[in-house]
Amino acid sequence: MSLRTPLAIARNHGSAHDGVHHWWQQRLTAMALVPLLLWLVCAVVSLSQMDYMGAKQWLAEPLNATLSVLLTWVMAIHARLGVQVILEDYVSTRWQEVLLQILTRFIAFAGAAAASLFIVMIAAGR
Amino acid sequence: MKQGLVAILFTNELGQKMKSRPISPHIQVYRPQLTSVMSITHRISGSILLLMALLWVWWLAALVSGPDAYAQFAAFTGSIVGKLILIAITWALFYHLSNGIRHLLWDAGWLLNLKGAYSSGWTVIVISVLATVILWGAAL
Repeated sequence: MSLRTPLAIARNHGSAHDGVHHWWQQRLTAMALVPLLLWLVCAVVSLSQMDYMGAKQWLAEPLNATLSVLLTWVMAIHARLGVQVILEDYVSTRWQEVLLQILTRFIAFAGAAAASLFIVMIAAGR
Repeated sequence: MKQGLVAILFTNELGQKMKSRPISPHIQVYRPQLTSVMSITHRISGSILLLMALLWVWWLAALVSGPDAYAQFAAFTGSIVGKLILIAITWALFYHLSNGIRHLLWDAGWLLNLKGAYSSGWTVIVISVLATVILWGAAL
């Protein structure tokens, strides 16, 4: 057990230089999500009138496939940043919080990777 | 160093010390205001939108899997529970989207006074309800 205070331990290690990283990533993804989500709403309105083949053809179009991959990743990053802050605020037991933070990242990126693969498969005509 | 990390991760001594300290008046003593209620609603709507991300992945997986899987997805979104979830997502989307823009405007230094906070706040509420009613009014 060290007698040094947390401040003394942190001192002289320098800044991590990522103090605004979370803030900036959240804002950047928020800005990107404004047009992407308006596009999604329009897409869902027309997709709701389509059958299976129609939806498949719609997603196979290069522009729709590209925007879908973009939406997937921007949404995943934005969501994981948001969930991170919620966990930081409400989970007071440290090990539970760390566990949930790890799970959040795993799920966000696994989901985005799977979604990207599905989109590429459709776009490639599978 | 290693000991320190473990201590921080698992015993959280600082957290234990904090518990015995006097704390400031808690949330119950404050009368809810438009600004504070909208702040927590932003967080709640963001959480609801996790369902949208889930449905997005499910929809894509169903498209890849074939007509049967797609019919299952369509059956769920067409059911009463599915529709209620979709309506909640629609409202949450427009709330989080327009309130998110409100936050970006604040970050840019605009609307940072009582009048701006309240007028933009009511605008967000009207947009979120109106967009939900318009989109679902046509569908139902």
